[in-house]
Amino acid sequence: METAKKHFFSDMGVMLERSMRHIFRSMDTIITVTIMPIGFMLLFVYVFGGAIQTGTDNYVNYLLPGILLIAIASGISYTAYRLFMDMQRGIFERFHSMPIARSTVLWGHVLSSLVSNAISVVVIIAVALIMGFRSPAGILSWLAVAGILALFTLALSWVAVIAGLSAKTVDGAGAFSYPIIFLPFISSAFVPTESMPSGVRAFAENQPVTSIVEAIRALLSGQPVGNDIWIALAWCIGIMVVAYFFAMRAYKKRV
Amino acid sequence: MTKAIQVQKLQKSYKQLQVLNDVNFEVENGSIFALLGSNGAGKTTIVKILTTLLKQDGGTATVNGFDIASKPEKVRQSISLTGQFAAVDEILTGRENIIMIAKLRHLSNPRQIADDLLKRFGLTDAADRRVSTYSGGMHRRLDIAMSLVGTPQLIFLDEPTTGLDPEARLEVWKIIKELADSGTTVLLTTQYLEEAEQLADQIAILHEGKIIANGTLAELKQQFPPAKLEYIEKQPTLEEIFLAIIGKKEDH
Repeated sequence: METAKKHFFSDMGVMLERSMRHIFRSMDTIITVTIMPIGFMLLFVYVFGGAIQTGTDNYVNYLLPGILLIAIASGISYTAYRLFMDMQRGIFERFHSMPIARSTVLWGHVLSSLVSNAISVVVIIAVALIMGFRSPAGILSWLAVAGILALFTLALSWVAVIAGLSAKTVDGAGAFSYPIIFLPFISSAFVPTESMPSGVRAFAENQPVTSIVEAIRALLSGQPVGNDIWIALAWCIGIMVVAYFFAMRAYKKRV
Repeated sequence: MTKAIQVQKLQKSYKQLQVLNDVNFEVENGSIFALLGSNGAGKTTIVKILTTLLKQDGGTATVNGFDIASKPEKVRQSISLTGQFAAVDEILTGRENIIMIAKLRHLSNPRQIADDLLKRFGLTDAADRRVSTYSGGMHRRLDIAMSLVGTPQLIFLDEPTTGLDPEARLEVWKIIKELADSGTTVLLTTQYLEEAEQLADQIAILHEGKIIANGTLAELKQQFPPAKLEYIEKQPTLEEIFLAIIGKKEDH
């Protein structure tokens, strides 16, 4: 095992390079991932926005955190897809018959998911700026936002790994992300939870997306973040640890 | 070390289904060993166990002197697998594929290795094209080229010519013969009798999870009813006609 451990980071670098080539050679996937959230943003700001009472004068500012989470949730479905396709083809068996650290095969996919989602997030923020998004946040707040989004991406990427490893069909590999894409709608991402009926409201206020959205929104608007940021971090890290554990278990079962 | 592979009493079941039942064989260093059998005979299962992709249920096996169960890492360092489905990355170019494998084997000069192998396998012109544009034969050639990165002592080829057209098959046969000439041990599986006959120093016939015959072609011929003398008109095979028409000489 010594050699495999010694080369862990170099092997991971090779896998990341490979995955990134896949992503940059299928730019359509990044465009798809970016266009849907931008569409939602346009729809909510220019169509529904007028009728939504959020208590802020700039609805783009209110909306942006939720839109970013939707973008990430749809972005990771491609991670599951790419992993699934790898397993269908012989390349996986070749990697596994070589003296490499086997888990780097998964890490390559997860880290490239981080990079490609970062690209989508930057593009969406640029569009939001054109639509009137403004933030008084300083560099530290922006770094905190980047950190939360990165953790959220990592957590969901490991969920995507489970889906990619255990799916029976290509469609199945991608379908798991639909409920995750839907979660922001039942949160404070688009409308304040106070307007919801009590049962829905209880769910909305206690699911991970609300605390993440609230934390990012507070950071971007220069408000005190309070407890939301700790709850958000706890959710992200909790999901990540559990998903990583099950992903590794599914992986060991496959190899 | 005299034997490249030693397999003793290998057992493997998938749930209730027994796939391998007491498989025994040995492969000499530097030889071509063919595992011949129909679909579902267990050929791929044996390859997967010997290449450490799958664990056996019972029995032992050593590959290049290393026990597959206790020293899988050493085994992986000394072998290469060309699986049944082309183990190439379709989205990368041929050159990038070879460089990737060279980096994963931690070799010092990946670019040079790629140039040499691409040239040797006649892929220099296609080197910077994505593999998804390659023909079936080019796929297989790249696949085998990737297996040669780092010159492993032993190469596993699982049905290397399945799905190839006759020209490409002859090309692959030529490559395999050259490999053996340069001292590499080759274990190949095939369902084509002709392939085993053309290439192998030793042939084992696998049937329903058991090796039912094992020996050189001459030995196998002796075990079975003696040759009868018959006069038959030698008709060209369709393969010979096909190759003659498209202007290729059958050179094996």
